[in-house]
Amino acid sequence: MSNISLNSALLDIGKIRADFPILQRQVNGKPLVYLDSAATTQKPNQVIDAISHYYRHYNSNIHRGVHQLSQEATTAFEGVREQVRRFIGAASSKEIIFTSGTTESNNLITMCYARSVLKAGDEVLISHMEHHSNIVPWQLICEATGAKLKVTPINDEGELDMLAYHELLSERTAIVAMTYVSNALGTLNPVGEIVAAAHEKGAVVLLDGAQAVPHLKVDMQDLGVDFFTFSAHKMYGPTGVGVLYGRQALLEKMPPFKGGGDMIRMVSFEKTLYNELPYKFEAGTPNIAGVIGMGAAIDYLEGLGLEAVAAHEHALLEYGNQLLTKMPGLRMIGTAAERAAVLNFVLEYAHPHDIGTFLDHAGIAVRTGHHCAQPVMDRYQVPATVRASLGVYNTKADLDALVRGIEKVYEVFGQ
Amino acid sequence: MIDGFGNLTELYNEVILDHAGSPRNFRENLEAGRKAEGYNPLCGDQITVYCLLEGEKLVDLSFTGKGCAICTASASIMTQTLKSKQIAKAQNMFERFHKMLLGEGGEDELGKLSVFAGVHKYPARVKCATLPWHTLQSSLKEGDRVSTE
Repeated sequence: MSNISLNSALLDIGKIRADFPILQRQVNGKPLVYLDSAATTQKPNQVIDAISHYYRHYNSNIHRGVHQLSQEATTAFEGVREQVRRFIGAASSKEIIFTSGTTESNNLITMCYARSVLKAGDEVLISHMEHHSNIVPWQLICEATGAKLKVTPINDEGELDMLAYHELLSERTAIVAMTYVSNALGTLNPVGEIVAAAHEKGAVVLLDGAQAVPHLKVDMQDLGVDFFTFSAHKMYGPTGVGVLYGRQALLEKMPPFKGGGDMIRMVSFEKTLYNELPYKFEAGTPNIAGVIGMGAAIDYLEGLGLEAVAAHEHALLEYGNQLLTKMPGLRMIGTAAERAAVLNFVLEYAHPHDIGTFLDHAGIAVRTGHHCAQPVMDRYQVPATVRASLGVYNTKADLDALVRGIEKVYEVFGQ
Repeated sequence: MIDGFGNLTELYNEVILDHAGSPRNFRENLEAGRKAEGYNPLCGDQITVYCLLEGEKLVDLSFTGKGCAICTASASIMTQTLKSKQIAKAQNMFERFHKMLLGEGGEDELGKLSVFAGVHKYPARVKCATLPWHTLQSSLKEGDRVSTE
């Protein structure tokens, strides 16, 4: 694995941290230690500047104007679409739909694809580690169509029980919806095996890529998935924008999502004709600034190199894991062999909410609670956990600070 | 005691830590006439309050559940303070307790509950301190599940 350590050395973390102005600030009189990137990432100057540059110099509504500003904005906007296509290895930019984020993308699939194909008695297979946004839309659509929702269990390490997965898959399975990387456990799922088995049974696969895209290179042709969703704000981009990737053949057959401007070719009270892909699924004025910001975030990540980012974060994860597992009364939640960027734990002597307050007092930002994954909490029989999550700007010093913070909690609550 | 953590001791003072570690009246009461559950899903505080009434008097008050130190200590001190009080007095104390938590003062008239005065500087924790009280209120109204979310 010497390749990986070599790549990691290629990242100049000091220079990267200097790109993120917020990392200079203090919290409660202490330097900010930001360990909550799974909730949202911080943004580099390059992304912030791209957004303000757009508003300062060429802000305009897109697609329908003939004036100069409108054309500049349209070119920039559509340029990002092509950029996303290349970034995730999609075959065509018709397969890239801009949404408000992963949650909306997942809902678009349930409301447009699932609703039009699911019949009573069909099955939808998800997993026990899903984020609520990849559970609730399926519950809603199964209720509406009479389809059954099945759940692949996870083992104590937080890995998918693949034996159970294969058993639960059947000819009745119409859709498999899974996360690539778990936001609560950090588990990296075996997508190749999941997709191959699903396709063999004639099921389509939706892969939730929100926590994967910032940490590893994704390629739609390699993964072979039918739908893929992710959010800009989890990958150093702005909030309010995300992507739905869908195979063109599937998207063509789907009815539209929202109705309104831009998704139409012609409107009359007698008949309305829908626009072609991808516009059919993009009603109304989009988050133009957000899309431009997302493009800048992709530029930033590609500039660093996803392999180097993955190597750096992996080394940090190992370091953090080593430190935390040595601490008395600390139980790691999520110890999968293949994991990315998440250190989730509970302390037997203190409640996560109290731990979070203590850490916050030391300037450390972690997330406490159920992480929008209550089934995971139930599985481990904990009401809540503490999640420290990594971004490219984190360092060993950040993890050392976390350990010192936990030691303080032990001093007060642990004796 | 909490070196380098200066004013966290205002929130996590000795009394609160004591009651959080060894909560008083921490037991089920199957003879309780009233019972209610409170739950804050966002932070994972979960509490059940049991209340035995004789007319308007809170003869016995106890609780079970899993929660953070603030919630547990609040429940413990609440049950200690309100046992043998009239419902109306309990109501009044809750209103004044809540005001104090919001930074509106009045800790001098709240006896032991004044140890929670520091909570007002941590707005995210107010819900932790009030959950047991809301749950008690709910049990008195023959309510179901309550949340301070």
